[in-house]
Amino acid sequence: MCKLLKFSFHALCFSIVCISATAFADQRTSGGKHLSDTEINAQSITIYPNGHGLPAGNGTAIEGKSVYMAKCLACHGSSGTNGVAPRLVGKEGYPKGSTDVLRSLSVGAWPNATTIFDYVKRAMPHNAPKSLSDVEVYQLTAYILYLNNLITKDQDINKESLPSIEMPNKKQVINIWNLEQENQ
Amino acid sequence: MKRNQVDKKQLIEVSNGGLLERRAFIKSGAMLLATVAAPPISQIAVANDLSSLPEHMKTPGIPSIEYGQPSIYEKEVQRKGVNFFQSGIFTGALTPLDKTKGIITPNGLHFSIHHNGIPDISPEDHQIMIHGMVDRPLKWNLSTLLNYPMISRIQFLECSGNSAANAVSDTPVLGSCTSIHGQVSCSEWTGVPLKFLLDEAGIKPNAQWIMCEGADGGSHVRNVPLQKMYDDAILAFYQNGERLRPDQGYPVRLFLPGFEGNMSVKWIHRMEVVDSPSQSKDEQSLYAEFTKEGKLHQFTFFMDVKSVITSPSGEQLLPENGIYEIAGLAWSGRGMVKRVEVSADGGKTWADATLEGPVMNKSFTRFTIPWKWNGHNTTLLSRATDELGHIQPTRSEWKAQYTNFTFNHYNAINAWHVSSTGKVSNVYV
Repeated sequence: MCKLLKFSFHALCFSIVCISATAFADQRTSGGKHLSDTEINAQSITIYPNGHGLPAGNGTAIEGKSVYMAKCLACHGSSGTNGVAPRLVGKEGYPKGSTDVLRSLSVGAWPNATTIFDYVKRAMPHNAPKSLSDVEVYQLTAYILYLNNLITKDQDINKESLPSIEMPNKKQVINIWNLEQENQ
Repeated sequence: MKRNQVDKKQLIEVSNGGLLERRAFIKSGAMLLATVAAPPISQIAVANDLSSLPEHMKTPGIPSIEYGQPSIYEKEVQRKGVNFFQSGIFTGALTPLDKTKGIITPNGLHFSIHHNGIPDISPEDHQIMIHGMVDRPLKWNLSTLLNYPMISRIQFLECSGNSAANAVSDTPVLGSCTSIHGQVSCSEWTGVPLKFLLDEAGIKPNAQWIMCEGADGGSHVRNVPLQKMYDDAILAFYQNGERLRPDQGYPVRLFLPGFEGNMSVKWIHRMEVVDSPSQSKDEQSLYAEFTKEGKLHQFTFFMDVKSVITSPSGEQLLPENGIYEIAGLAWSGRGMVKRVEVSADGGKTWADATLEGPVMNKSFTRFTIPWKWNGHNTTLLSRATDELGHIQPTRSEWKAQYTNFTFNHYNAINAWHVSSTGKVSNVYV
């Protein structure tokens, strides 16, 4: 009798588990609606190191300088290093006479050039993000690369040339997540 | 001073510096001192003379309001505002760890850092999109997702740059536990496991990462390993039972237990499934670490084992010598906290603190230990170990790995100096 009761109790528990699992399965697979290419393209602003996502257009540092003076100078300063905003030029580390840790970072120390385009387009200027045209973003990307002595002032920056620009810190990078996964 | 007079035989020291055994302490009936001086005891009223009772015992109180607020006498329990690069947009607020007790951070006190301000997003207009290396690009309205199965976990969130001042400043900064260590909080997060949405979209075999983008002004981006998304990532809608606060990502945020804070992308709206990361701005240097060898460590996600004594802590005052309870918080982004040791003699000897339950995975664990302060200069330390056996490094061990300006993932042993006047201040050991 006792055995039978125990068995029925287990059977009851088992059936409850089955029912709730089925309910979950139904619930979780029914909600998503098709996302069209048009909708994806309207939102896709992310640029990848291989150039994926870069739009048409181009620019040079000469053109970029005038955009910089109008849109960036107030925060980043005339040299890209003498404003209140993050440094755009130079290696990582404290600049002379500074122990402000936020001044130790510099766009010149970024390992990927495509990130400059990505970030300027999505987030700059700080008070009016996404207000720049793709051509202006190419021009500013060229100007920042030029200030870091990575290109000449008339070098054309576009979706083909930008991914090929090697930043000095690229070879210093270690992907710790990948390393930890390999070591596991 | 009567309350300090306890039977010394019953107070068993478990290490030098006055750390006491918990059980003996409780049995002895010793009274704890508080770091803030208590108000004088009021004069005892004469029997039956009710007129001397306080006003609140002689008048009816007020009714409840729809959304309750803290007592007007707790007005000083506030977050501390911060800004970065003198920006009025890149701002934040630090959790007052030293003015709260317990493992749950009240929603209004949860720390917040937002690179481009707090957006105003109507939930009716917000969508979650998944595209890229998927069989079916999909979008979801929030009303749909709010009917999906949800899970709840009590877990901490810590900014990668928490305690940065102790990492980079040559001399210990003056400050409170709030200002130095306040970029960590803990909440119950409730939301939809990401794996439900990923299974629905169908992930292609070569996919490895997901580019996650917020719908804020700067469209904050972090790339998250697909494995983490399947392990324990959720789209969080609720925090401590109520919908997210705007500065926590309302109407929906990604929540990645144990990972550095900014990975849990707030106001998330778009996920692109990819084979390698997009290398967002924050992955270039702000949330990467330069080593002593000149290498740049990227994608250092885990917030490793750490602890901090919240009481007594920086800028507090011990009013007199006697018995106090040392209390603090410990956490690990890799699992559960297994042990917290406390030293009251600058690290020469250590004693195990009591871990107050529940001890949970990637969560705050509260620890306590009684301590008899003899009124001399001393230094209090805490050192946590997690279930993987990872133990907090010393400051010099931590510093040995990185350049002088590297400030992220600082999890070294923290120390508070107690002066003979009872003043508590930040110190290095």
